[in-house]
Amino acid sequence: MPTPLVVSEVAKSFTMHLRDGVRLAVVEDVSFALKSGECAVLGGPSGAGKSSILKMLYGNYATDAGQIIVDHGGRLLDLATASPREVLAVRRDTIGYVSQFLRTVPRVAAVDVVAEPLVARGAEKAAARERAAALLSRLNLPERLWGLPPATFSGGEQQRVNIARGFITAHPILLLDEPTASLDARNREVVIAMIAEKKAQGVALLGIFHDADVREAVADRIVDVTAFAPRARAA
Amino acid sequence: MSEDLPLLRVFSLSKSYGSRIGCADVTFDLWPGEVLAVVGESGSGKTTLLNCLSTRLMPTSGAASYRMRDGAFRELYRMSEAERRFLMRTDWGFVHQNPADGLRMAVSAGANVGERLMAIGDRHYGRIRATAIDWLGRVEIGEDRIDDEPRAFSGGMRQRLQIARNLVTGPRLVFMDEPTGGLDVSVQARLLDLLRGLVADLGLAAIVVTHDLAVARLLSQRMMVMKDGRVIETGLTDRVLDDPREPYTQLLVSSILQV
Ligand SMILES: Nc1ncnc2c1ncn2[C@@H]1O[C@H](COP(=O)(O)OP(=O)(O)OP(=O)(O)O)[C@@H](O)[C@H]1O
Ligand SMILES: [Mg+2]
Repeated sequence: MPTPLVVSEVAKSFTMHLRDGVRLAVVEDVSFALKSGECAVLGGPSGAGKSSILKMLYGNYATDAGQIIVDHGGRLLDLATASPREVLAVRRDTIGYVSQFLRTVPRVAAVDVVAEPLVARGAEKAAARERAAALLSRLNLPERLWGLPPATFSGGEQQRVNIARGFITAHPILLLDEPTASLDARNREVVIAMIAEKKAQGVALLGIFHDADVREAVADRIVDVTAFAPRARAA
Repeated sequence: MSEDLPLLRVFSLSKSYGSRIGCADVTFDLWPGEVLAVVGESGSGKTTLLNCLSTRLMPTSGAASYRMRDGAFRELYRMSEAERRFLMRTDWGFVHQNPADGLRMAVSAGANVGERLMAIGDRHYGRIRATAIDWLGRVEIGEDRIDDEPRAFSGGMRQRLQIARNLVTGPRLVFMDEPTGGLDVSVQARLLDLLRGLVADLGLAAIVVTHDLAVARLLSQRMMVMKDGRVIETGLTDRVLDDPREPYTQLLVSSILQV
């Protein structure tokens, strides 16, 4: 199986200038690879740096050191040093991301929030909307909500919009930050099935799942983030 | 076409007012369809930079070149006054913070939009009026207001009219100086949403000066943070906002409630 993502010796810290420049080391020496068709799960306690790792892979957090090599349409690119334009191109075509919380945009209807990544890749608006509607319906989002902006939706409703948005494209890599955290059992099952389908299509998935049942159902292996604890902190 | 070439290249642009620095040593490229936000508190040089880029002000040193529709790069500060005026009337737009600076307050809304079309040579009254109606509609101003003067409009409507006036000629690059400044929050949200849609649909490149990080988050892909005339941090908008590195950027981000 191809390996579309290789992370080597990545480190992340935050320097808090407003708090006397205190430096918070989050992870060090993060090294792992992701294969097509598998779902790897980042494991470790709260605050271990799981979300920070996902955010670095998405270019949302800067990387202090190391390399994040991604297969971007046959070209290898280091996300740790990529230009903003390159990161945007990777997000459009190669790496999808379901964040833990939906960032809502005023006045944009849920169905359009979901369709947007397809439209950005050149799909026809009507076709993209149809696909979006199918996903929202699969995730049991009441049809009366589709035309409304998600700002006023419940946590679980927003999360389903977010999931549909992340799953609508055929990105070869998909990052998931606790996508099932605020879902009920029925919708968790839907997401588990959708993850299985992505795997069957050869997508490489990397996720964070606090819910043990979901983790059990989707994980091919666990990447233990405590192994990347900074030496100073681990000591 | 040559999507892989920047639309605008800016190299080491500086402007001083006597011994005071307006902006200093600003370098960046802007690509077609890209929205760049310039943020920083008042006095940090944002507007000076915008005015230099749009050639409303001559820089003290540095260079900027713009890729014309024929694909050739032209040095902005070596163009003749007439060439620059032509660019501003056709290929560029400039949205001022105060709509009164960008509109003619004593002529009708329709004429405000139609005027830009006439400036590029359209003389067909019926077509100009139809295009004006279409554009008023796109900025959510009813056709029945076409003969009203902007003086009779609310702040939000005036700003939308100014946007229509700028976009009617199909510009490739739009400069915006605090486009939502001075408007009520609810009016701001509507305007922002409208701008977002137009910029995406038309594939516009834009440079948006704002001190409002929420505006930057919603409109731009890339961001430049300015302090004392210099660019102190730059990068993807969400990266700069979620993982700010410079002390000043951290202060800016921490000063807002939620973006
Ligand atoms: N933007 C940021 N600025 C400063 N510190 C941050 C930032 N993001 C994360 N951190 C810190 O980095 C550490 C790791 O956070 P992270 O969110 O990656 O943990 P996590 O493993 O995902 O935890 P959880 O399981 O609770 O979601 C925490 O101490 C957190 O406070
Ligand atoms: Mg987390």
